[in-house]
Amino acid sequence: MKYFPELKKSFVIALWFMLLTFPILVIRVNTIENIVVWRWINLALIGIAAFVLSFLWQLYLKHKTAAAPDAAAHQSALVRRMSDPKFYRPFLLLIGILALVFPFVASHYQINIMTTALIYVMLGLGLNIEVGLAGLLDLGYVAFYAVGAYSYALLNYHFGLGFWTLLPAGALIAAFFGLLVGFPVLRLRGDYLAIVTLAFAEILRLVLENWNAFSFGPSGISNIPRPGFFGIDLTLEQSAVYMYFLLVALCVLTVFVIHRLQHSRIGRAWVALREDELACQAMGVDKTRAKLTAFALGATWAGMAGVLFAAKTTFINPASFTFLESAMILAIVVLGGMGSIVGVIIAALAIILLPEYLRVLGDYRMILFGAALILMMIFRPRGLVTPAGKTYEFRCADPPPAPEEKGRP
Amino acid sequence: MNFFWDLFLGGLTRGSIYALIALGYTMVYGILQLINFAHGEIYMIGAFTALIVASILTLQGLAGLPVLILAGLIAVLYASAYGFTVEKIAYKPLRQASRLSPLISAIGMSIFLQNYVMLAQTSDFLPFPNLLPPSDFLDAISVWIGPSDFVIIVTSAVVMIALSLLLKFTKMGRAMRATAQDREMAMLTGVDVNRIISRTFIIGSSLAAIGGILIASHVGRINFYIGFNAGIKAFTAAVLGGIGSIPGAMVGGLVLGLAESFGTGYISSDYESVFAFAILILILIFKPDGILGRSSQQKV
Repeated sequence: MKYFPELKKSFVIALWFMLLTFPILVIRVNTIENIVVWRWINLALIGIAAFVLSFLWQLYLKHKTAAAPDAAAHQSALVRRMSDPKFYRPFLLLIGILALVFPFVASHYQINIMTTALIYVMLGLGLNIEVGLAGLLDLGYVAFYAVGAYSYALLNYHFGLGFWTLLPAGALIAAFFGLLVGFPVLRLRGDYLAIVTLAFAEILRLVLENWNAFSFGPSGISNIPRPGFFGIDLTLEQSAVYMYFLLVALCVLTVFVIHRLQHSRIGRAWVALREDELACQAMGVDKTRAKLTAFALGATWAGMAGVLFAAKTTFINPASFTFLESAMILAIVVLGGMGSIVGVIIAALAIILLPEYLRVLGDYRMILFGAALILMMIFRPRGLVTPAGKTYEFRCADPPPAPEEKGRP
Repeated sequence: MNFFWDLFLGGLTRGSIYALIALGYTMVYGILQLINFAHGEIYMIGAFTALIVASILTLQGLAGLPVLILAGLIAVLYASAYGFTVEKIAYKPLRQASRLSPLISAIGMSIFLQNYVMLAQTSDFLPFPNLLPPSDFLDAISVWIGPSDFVIIVTSAVVMIALSLLLKFTKMGRAMRATAQDREMAMLTGVDVNRIISRTFIIGSSLAAIGGILIASHVGRINFYIGFNAGIKAFTAAVLGGIGSIPGAMVGGLVLGLAESFGTGYISSDYESVFAFAILILILIFKPDGILGRSSQQKV
């Protein structure tokens, strides 16, 4: 038998999983009527599933060790093809046309989902500044999103200000919060930073939930106006299409700004900060400034996304801004491949659209989402698109400038 | 004075539980530099297993101490088995990947386990029986301290002392400390690092299960979501004490528990978690490596 060792191992693994899931999956105790229900069928199902999956996994491992170098070469060839202008320009054009045609062929429901997905593209790209470029692990990014959404809702409620005034205002307020969070955490490293940002986000959410006089508590704020369109009244369908185009435009703007930022002086300082804080400091990069701008700029995008979210759903409450949301956005950045714009966009669309289309699965949606996160990390631990390092060179006819200029990133 | 004493005891009880769960976080972090987000879920699974076993035993006519011991033992065994399996599935394949990939995989595992228990059992709160058998001694001291508070504080203290002794004096403990200090060097001196990592997960998970049973029988009800909050708090406690440091996790847990208890008692009960997080931020501003964390100024 060719596969005997694998089969034997799969059998043992199946037994292990049957034992492991026994109490929770098989026994159900009704504590009120004191009845025990034994669901033996689950045991059989788990056994079969574990056996098949572990057998497939072992075949995959065997195959992978046999053909490992090919895959790597294939990947880099694909990346090189993609960064060739001859190839990606028509590709971009095609995506542009698809994005323009989409609202006229899709249903109202699908436009709404796509709009949500585009909000997450913005959030992902914003967090990408903090995590992907500057390497500041932020587990509380949702706080800035909440600040944006609540700025719009509250300022509109109290002062009647409109969407177009509050879009930049929300972004600014969120940026201010970014600085507020950024200052105390400047001295913290890696995971300490993660927990402090998480703590800030949780504090904000709890305050929003409990300070009824300020934020209307857990019941939230409803009847938030949709963005105006030159004073013309739009029907529900029309405003959904309007919202969609607004987001497409803002996403294009985001991509443009971040692409420009990435290779600017401050962008290179961020990457240097991510790679090695100490070396970066030694090269003369102002660490404080780099970190604070990363926080503020990341927060700006979350703030804008928050305003758009409030305008789109017309109702917000603290339950929309939980840790799960932060985790989701972080998953987008990591899955996208840390610092890659294209990767983040693909990952955002995948992570938001996938659960939406999995709705048919009902209650099994979230468990599959969890499993998908694990699987994606196992099969693509470096993300969908691995950003290639860019080589910088001086392009000038004159002799190279003074040495101290050259050394500064 | 009496109010103060009540709050102090409440804080100590709460803090002991945080410390028990925080130990699992800190041990895993010490060795893998990974925030094990699924740790809170292991605690929840421990509590659920204990509930199921205890209910079945009670229906069989058993009562008192045997139920407590059997349910506790099986729950601890199962929680360790889950911890072991989670590491093998979600973290081991990512040992060589960048630091964020296992973090996302841990978040995925946490979502997975929560929904697994919700689908297999129920999304409602289940009543958790009080497993403590009646005893004259506990009745006698109940003027001073509630029976379950007493049991929680004493059990956690015993478990933590046992863990410290294990780490300090046994061969496995030495191997664990060596792995935490420098994994490659430990490997070179003949430590089976994979086995040590598995054992770390097993020990951490059993501590979490003990915490889960204790708090569930104290509070009296559980559902699939209890792991999330406890996990976040315990992680906060671990960081507060200085992540990677075992005594730090204990101190951090107690500080966090007391801060929450006094905060809710004297200021406002709506903002329970706010006090915990506020104290974390305050302490980290002044001591960026936690209360007992070694300051690791990087030099070249």
